Amino acid sequence: MTARPIAVVGASAAGITAAEALRRAGWDGPLTLIGDEPHLPYDRPPLSKQLLHGAWEPERLLLRSKEQIDPLSLDLRLGTRATGLDVATRTLTLDDGERLTCAGVIIATGVAARTLPAADGLAGVFTLRTLDDALALRDRLSGGVRRLVVVGNGVLGCEAAAVARELGHEVTLIGRQPVPMVAAVGAGIGELLAEEHAARGVRLLTGEVAEFEAASDPAPGAPAQVGGVRLADGSRLPADLVLLAIGSEPAVSWLTDPALDTTDGLGCDAYCAAAPGIYAAGDVARWEHPLHGRPLRFEHRMNATEQAMAAARNLVAELTAERAAEADDPAEGDGPSAGDGPGEADGTAAGAKRPERRPFAPVPYFWSDQYGLKLQAYGLTAGADQVETTVLDHDARRAVALFGRDGRAVGVLACALPPRQIRALRAAVATPLPWEEARDRVREGTTAG
Amino acid sequence: MKITIDAEKCCAAGQCVLVAPEVFDQRDEDGVVVLLDAEPPAEQHDAVREAAAICPAAVIEVQE
Repeated sequence: MTARPIAVVGASAAGITAAEALRRAGWDGPLTLIGDEPHLPYDRPPLSKQLLHGAWEPERLLLRSKEQIDPLSLDLRLGTRATGLDVATRTLTLDDGERLTCAGVIIATGVAARTLPAADGLAGVFTLRTLDDALALRDRLSGGVRRLVVVGNGVLGCEAAAVARELGHEVTLIGRQPVPMVAAVGAGIGELLAEEHAARGVRLLTGEVAEFEAASDPAPGAPAQVGGVRLADGSRLPADLVLLAIGSEPAVSWLTDPALDTTDGLGCDAYCAAAPGIYAAGDVARWEHPLHGRPLRFEHRMNATEQAMAAARNLVAELTAERAAEADDPAEGDGPSAGDGPGEADGTAAGAKRPERRPFAPVPYFWSDQYGLKLQAYGLTAGADQVETTVLDHDARRAVALFGRDGRAVGVLACALPPRQIRALRAAVATPLPWEEARDRVREGTTAG
Repeated sequence: MKITIDAEKCCAAGQCVLVAPEVFDQRDEDGVVVLLDAEPPAEQHDAVREAAAICPAAVIEVQE
């Protein structure tokens, strides 16, 4: 019997981190890394920042050099998509028809940018999720001033709007929410950022897109080019380019095995396990955070690495325990076992070092860069029922916000605060504290420096 | 073990300082990583590997 591999599906930040963590955790069997993009693992946060701006070229986004990847002895399958998973036998189906029966699987397929059917087939309408997306948009933002309409005023839309404005384009940012990024940063800091965008010359609108209009003079044979956006209130925005930044959908449509819960990403337990031998990490994974007592899913860069490391460790621990159980059970034994001495020694040497699965209980972290402003958040900001924003310096947009839920502080976010100071605030929300206590700590943390 | 950093890529998350405070620090003004010890002693190696793995901007490179 040839050794079964562990397969990691998804070759972005979570995928490559999981592969490395599997090796560090001691998995020396075959290891397959499957990615649907043709590129070596690259980093996504710079796509809407340095890469779009032109400050960085794609090589700078590579997460690991070939020299760093080689020692992992990966069976690296780029440009390959997983199309199915049979949970009971841990068998993956790939788009080239291959079936891969695995010892374990880590699913890190991330999310896909949401699109609008109304924009289908129109040239000049972009999403911003992949390197190819970002390069295509960047290409159209070079060589002359364009009228760019960014649809969606969440974090991604705001970052892209800031870059396009810095490049000198005419930028309109339109969202359903009157305050940009309100779900992620709260109303207070969202309003502060709206002021910054407006001061920089971005036109901010609240509304909903009804339809996209083609430019009146399409070149013969060429696909129709977007010429404008019509809003639900009837108004029309002329546009040379449109960026759809309206959120994303977890990439779970290929996971149809009824043993899996894919209602919002891939549902996992506190150990990031979706089923025996099947784990998930990164944007696609929804898991039971032990401290917050509810299922959470983060599309944050930090979580991709942290969760990949946790999932990899836990999978190796599970497989180690599985093997030990097989070795202990004579009915399952398929040959002479390594230790054929008296039973008392059996497994104890390994048992002393046997890894244990651990619940994944991170303090979430995310950041965003817009113009010169850095936003940094620890804990949970989305889903808060209480937000208290303290503006420390209005002109500098320096502010801190505390986020609460059910009377406890669960998150803190700082805008334009020295990063060392925000790191000190992390302790206030590392575990959910009573609101008043956390608020006092945040006050101390922001007045001390 | 030899550590190199690409500070220009640093996003100032500070995770390396949380994991290996004797090896990494942050600049006061912008939080960018400062390497305190490019060749740390053996007892720091696990923490350094962890810091390199966890860095959300892939700034830290470890040669062993």
